[in-house]
Amino acid sequence: MPIQYYIYLCLALFSIGVTGVLTRRNAIVVFMCIELMLNAVNLLLVAFSKMFHGLALASDTATTVGIEGQVFVFFIMVVAAAEVSVGLAIIVMMYRNTHSVDINFLNRLKN
Amino acid sequence: MSILQILFFALSAFAIGSAIMVLISKNPIHSVLWLILVFFAISGHYILLNAQFLAIVNIIVYAGAIMVLFLFVIMLINIKKDSEPQKQFLVKLLGVLAGGSFLTLLVALIKQTAQIEGRQLLMKDGVIGLIHPLGKVLFTDYVIPFEISSVLFLSAMVGAVIIGKK
Repeated sequence: MPIQYYIYLCLALFSIGVTGVLTRRNAIVVFMCIELMLNAVNLLLVAFSKMFHGLALASDTATTVGIEGQVFVFFIMVVAAAEVSVGLAIIVMMYRNTHSVDINFLNRLKN
Repeated sequence: MSILQILFFALSAFAIGSAIMVLISKNPIHSVLWLILVFFAISGHYILLNAQFLAIVNIIVYAGAIMVLFLFVIMLINIKKDSEPQKQFLVKLLGVLAGGSFLTLLVALIKQTAQIEGRQLLMKDGVIGLIHPLGKVLFTDYVIPFEISSVLFLSAMVGAVIIGKK
């Protein structure tokens, strides 16, 4: 499978996420679009790791070249889980203060 | 067309269609459910690439934990349909134009890149996606970041509790 297919797929998913952040006003949906962008990057990292592994496997059958990409994907998932817990807590607090999750009400940090 | 290519195109169409539905659903709960479908499609891609560990972790962590958290928050804060005013049509159009031109720019850039010309990626061969090699690397070369991530989780948990208590 050519690497270009995966690059185009991930670019499409990432652009859909960018469009969602730009067009939606609900803070939760904006947050979900950020998750979508993270997942597009994860998929591309795995695809590149398999590409470099395929190159190295031709000369050495016991190599583990390219495994770093998958370890990075694991750490990205770890950070995303921590980010979601804090971000959703902030959204709940914002809803308690303003009774809305509209991001246009967030343009002032004070008062 | 081989079976791998058919699976790839079917999963890609599924992922992109569900991702578009995330954007155009009015109800946030429907957006969450479509996003879970996107994550399942991406897990299918991981299985195609023989990254079995990441496929399972993606389903457990993203579809199982994070999206359930999203659903809980949406149900907690009780969004009414009329409480989310839509953006103006012009702003929406400009957002779609910006995203589309971003996509066009990057696709044109990839088309010109000579380094990835004709590069193939390994689909079902290779063992780096299995648990044994990944665990070996994670607990030898990357053991310090692995331990630091536990501190990150602890601080995130404390932060979420403190923010939620106010």
